Amino acid sequence: MTTLEIAQRVDAKGLSCPMPIVKTAQAMKALTTGQLLEVLATDPGSVKDFEAWAKSTGNPVVESGAEAGVYRFVLQHK
Amino acid sequence: MDDSISLVLFSGTDDRLQAAAVMTAGAAALGKTVHIFLQYWALDAFRADRIGLDHGLAPEAGPAGAAAVAAAAKAGQASWADTLRQAKDLGGVDIQACSLSMDVLHIEPSDLDPLVDGAEGVTAFYLNAGDSPIIFI
Repeated sequence: MTTLEIAQRVDAKGLSCPMPIVKTAQAMKALTTGQLLEVLATDPGSVKDFEAWAKSTGNPVVESGAEAGVYRFVLQHK
Repeated sequence: MDDSISLVLFSGTDDRLQAAAVMTAGAAALGKTVHIFLQYWALDAFRADRIGLDHGLAPEAGPAGAAAVAAAAKAGQASWADTLRQAKDLGGVDIQACSLSMDVLHIEPSDLDPLVDGAEGVTAFYLNAGDSPIIFI
């Protein structure tokens, strides 16, 4: 599905708000500029939350999608 | 981002503490500084020997609400204490006990869970809160 090189993955499936974002913020701290973080989540609020988190923190969403109730986001460390 | 929010926690029921924990974790994930001031029943819930117990729900929950909250917990929703621990791992979260409430409830610093960073009076709280919005739960 993707040719992006993912540096780190977070499986936040089954976690309720705000845990997918909390796990993402924790994981992003360990990365450096330009590295990519992939997050999987099932929380329906995560679509708007990840957009908002990316906008607020400056770490952009470079790829996103949904399949079989699982949302996928690829974020890039600013 | 250098902005901050401040929360005054008064109620000690699990639903209100969960709401406060969610507000805290969301803010911490955005890089905000969060000042938390624990008063009365919220402070009581942070006693090391009680933090993991059932603290009940607000009266408006009713039986159906209580069942819904219990189902969410059973489905693996993180407790408010766990949510706060993860928020503190992100950094920028400071939890202070109200020194008056400590006196009223006969609580010593050693009685409190390590989530609590210290105790302060209301003047110190306002000084640390600065111009940040203050939320009372």
